[in-house]
Amino acid sequence: MKAIVNVYLKEGVLDPQGKAVHHALGSLGFDNVEDVRIGKQIVLELKENDKTKAMEELKQMAETLLANTVIEDYDIEIAE
Amino acid sequence: MKTLNVSILQFPGTNCDLDTVYAFKRLGHETTLVWHKEEKLPEKTDLVVVPGGFSYGDYLRSGSIARFSPVMKAVQAYAGEGGKVLGICNGFQILTEAHLLPGALKRNNNLHFISRYQHLKVVSADNAFLNRCSPGEVLHIPIAHADGNYFIDDEQLDDMEKNGQILLRYCDEAGEPMVVNGSVRQIAGICNREKNVFGLMPHPERAMESILGSEDGQRMLEGFSHA
Repeated sequence: MKAIVNVYLKEGVLDPQGKAVHHALGSLGFDNVEDVRIGKQIVLELKENDKTKAMEELKQMAETLLANTVIEDYDIEIAE
Repeated sequence: MKTLNVSILQFPGTNCDLDTVYAFKRLGHETTLVWHKEEKLPEKTDLVVVPGGFSYGDYLRSGSIARFSPVMKAVQAYAGEGGKVLGICNGFQILTEAHLLPGALKRNNNLHFISRYQHLKVVSADNAFLNRCSPGEVLHIPIAHADGNYFIDDEQLDDMEKNGQILLRYCDEAGEPMVVNGSVRQIAGICNREKNVFGLMPHPERAMESILGSEDGQRMLEGFSHA
């Protein structure tokens, strides 16, 4: 089963990369952008077939390694 | 002055290990390099140093993978018993990832790798590390990092200020606060509440002799043998 963990900086934590990209988009004439946040996408291929178990394990992975919860939030998607 | 047994960790990608050995030898201490696969620290360790570099290529986040190396369990136990631990640059990042120090280090605000001499103001000297320096004193030490933007929420930060856990701030030559990488309140170095775990982004081990630009690093590292 395929799972996707998205990790991004928490709301309220300044994202310098997002800010730089926002600025660059502005100078290219894309004036409609209000904010840009940059994150990471981690794509995992799992042996587990039980969705609930996989979710539990993915949460542990995110909390221990994939995200630093001092500054980052994460969400998990499991592909069918 | 006491002679200390200093254990200096090596991870794949560490590159300030030998500079750190040189610095502590210069101060008259015994040093042992400890490979990250070791599960134990040398028995007579008086100080553990997690040196700078790019452990595991800074993959995922700086320090995030090194913090799970076998030796880090031993370091955690050592620190838990009150043992002294110093993290320099990538070592600081590893110690925050390991939750031995509060907060986190983000990408520099201007997204640049900043490598140059920088002035630093000593904030708290009442600890095992900076006891040879005086509060308010301005030091001149090299910095070299891309992820040195220290972050912690205001509430915890106020708490750290009150407990004397802020060690160093970036400043100009006159000691006025200076924004270098976006760190909250210009923080360059901190310690834990118990004041036995220390972390800083600047490199005191690169400022050991005036012919190379500065010997301010000596006075910083000397503290441990007077603690």
